[in-house]
Amino acid sequence: MTAAPLLEVDELRTWFELRRGVFSRQRGHVKAVDGVSFTLKQGEVLGLVGESGSGKTTVGRTILRLIEPTSGAIRFEGSDVAHLRPAELREFRRRAQPIFQDPFASLDPRMRVEQIIAEPLAVHGLVANAEDRRAQVAELLTQVGLAADHMTRYPHEFSGGQRQRIGIARALAVKPELVVADEPVSALDVSIQAQVVNLLRELQQRLGLALLFIAHDLAVVEYISDRILVMYLGKVMELAPADELCRKPKHPYTEALLSAVPVPDPDRRGKRIVLQGDIPSPIAPPSGCVFRTRCPYAIAACAREVPDLREVSPGHFKACIRDDVL
Amino acid sequence: MEPDRLLELSDLRVEFAGEEGVVRAVDGVSLTIDRGETVVVVGESGSGKSVTSLALMRLVASPPGRIAGGTARFRGKDGAVRDLLALDEPAMQRIRGNDIAMIFQEPMTSLNPVYTVGRQIVEAIELHQGKRGRTAANLAEEMLALLGIPEPRQRMNAYPHQMSGGMRQRAMIAMALSCRPTLLIADEPTTALDVTIQAQILELIRKLQRELGMAVLFITHNLGVAAEIADRIVVMYAGRVVEEGPSRALFHRPRMPYTLGLLRSVPRLGIARGSGPLQAIRGNVPDPRHLPPGCPFAPRCDFFAAGRCDVAVPPLDLCEEAHRVRCVRWRQVAEMVGR
Repeated sequence: MTAAPLLEVDELRTWFELRRGVFSRQRGHVKAVDGVSFTLKQGEVLGLVGESGSGKTTVGRTILRLIEPTSGAIRFEGSDVAHLRPAELREFRRRAQPIFQDPFASLDPRMRVEQIIAEPLAVHGLVANAEDRRAQVAELLTQVGLAADHMTRYPHEFSGGQRQRIGIARALAVKPELVVADEPVSALDVSIQAQVVNLLRELQQRLGLALLFIAHDLAVVEYISDRILVMYLGKVMELAPADELCRKPKHPYTEALLSAVPVPDPDRRGKRIVLQGDIPSPIAPPSGCVFRTRCPYAIAACAREVPDLREVSPGHFKACIRDDVL
Repeated sequence: MEPDRLLELSDLRVEFAGEEGVVRAVDGVSLTIDRGETVVVVGESGSGKSVTSLALMRLVASPPGRIAGGTARFRGKDGAVRDLLALDEPAMQRIRGNDIAMIFQEPMTSLNPVYTVGRQIVEAIELHQGKRGRTAANLAEEMLALLGIPEPRQRMNAYPHQMSGGMRQRAMIAMALSCRPTLLIADEPTTALDVTIQAQILELIRKLQRELGMAVLFITHNLGVAAEIADRIVVMYAGRVVEEGPSRALFHRPRMPYTLGLLRSVPRLGIARGSGPLQAIRGNVPDPRHLPPGCPFAPRCDFFAAGRCDVAVPPLDLCEEAHRVRCVRWRQVAEMVGR
């Protein structure tokens, strides 16, 4: 395995313009992603967690170049994704694949499973003929735990979990090296989630995929990730190896997020830090640390300066000036 | 009915007419709620948990739905016991909002977007409590304050779209509780919210329940949320109750293989990757139009015994005090789980 990261995200900013009125005067920005940096190695799983409005989905979409970044760089094997020539961009789009949240919305209801899975193969010219196409689709369906003869059916004939398996087969069809999965199990029933998480993990390990796993459920993210990045209001709060981040969080937001996860054990009821208030508007984020308005440890200094993301122990980064509390 | 009993639902059956014939979404569900008690109904999509709660409020859309049988004896604030399923619409309207209130998953679809939040709460108070004008407005403001909404007077004039998801859910709870119901039915009230907001709302419901002495019927698919709030838990699968009991018994001594499977498949914080794959339940939730003969969970069950599980729907058996399970092999489950 090479030491250089497969994906390098450097000071990424994705701002959306806010316009209002007949003449569309610009009224400011929604800073959905505001200076996010991280790397992802080949075969590594990075979990990206945050609540709604944290910008985690925008990070994923910007990396896949479904949204143009405002500034910063996304380097895939060293070349900036934003400046690829058309042919290079097409190749990048083969090597980096998305898996979406809603298996009902992300599959065309009028296409048969064979067409759905074979479409990316055809787009990238990876099928020789109809026979080869069917063989590849059959192989992919088996890989994701479905039967080869499912290829003649339509999406509505499948349950949510099976549809998500079809979505995974479609993403893997073109042999990507990077998969960006945005809340891939949160729309599924509880008893089905574990099946799909197991499948994703098994495929990721077997195929050596780099996986950016975006989700709000910390327990699922901890289970599947090597490292976890916690976002709040467009910024990175903490980045650390998964078990370390969950056992010994160093950022007050991570601590609160972990503590808010309901645990299926009635004897652990109510032992938690309940954050006050709501996530502030990303149009006018608080000065200094964006989390300070809800932080139980906030002091006057937190309002003055945006805290740097600094390494507090090997591989463990946090953006918080208070080292005395956690 | 026993004096502490608030609700006694017995043998509820709800059917929906579809293109492929009649589907029985709720098939013989019985449950009880005591005054001040929190009963959580846990189930996945298609389990019939939401339809059960809608039937209690007589809000099942008809057609295609139909309450095909059962009784729901409910003790009103006036002390009289009535069968909710047999009341005429005017009588039911007096119960709704006043004795029993309901909150839903997505507050945005339950609040009227063209009226201010204050006006909607005042409307509920005027309708059910006969209070008018300033008195009603003051009561509404008090409710918003009780729900921890900052600057309640200003918030009275806010429209639903001007509030965050958490605030809207609070406003909806304020409306539901404005007439001091004795039973609150909450159908996945925190599912659409972020975890930090969910923690706020759960704490709030617990606090209000203590202060107002109200009973709660809480519907959820999330076992963590159930553990957080339940006195008793009712697990539903394919339209039936498959296990019920005190919260502790259910989490520590599950006897139905489905409950056990759910508990084992949910990833918990602190489970290391090295521990191997999650213990998933195999297969899919059954299609209610084509339920298997016998136990509906049989095709996915690790304890399946041919000739026993696939012949008739098992009865709800008492496995310990106040703990019932619908499984012919619960003793084998008990041996495996222990205690």
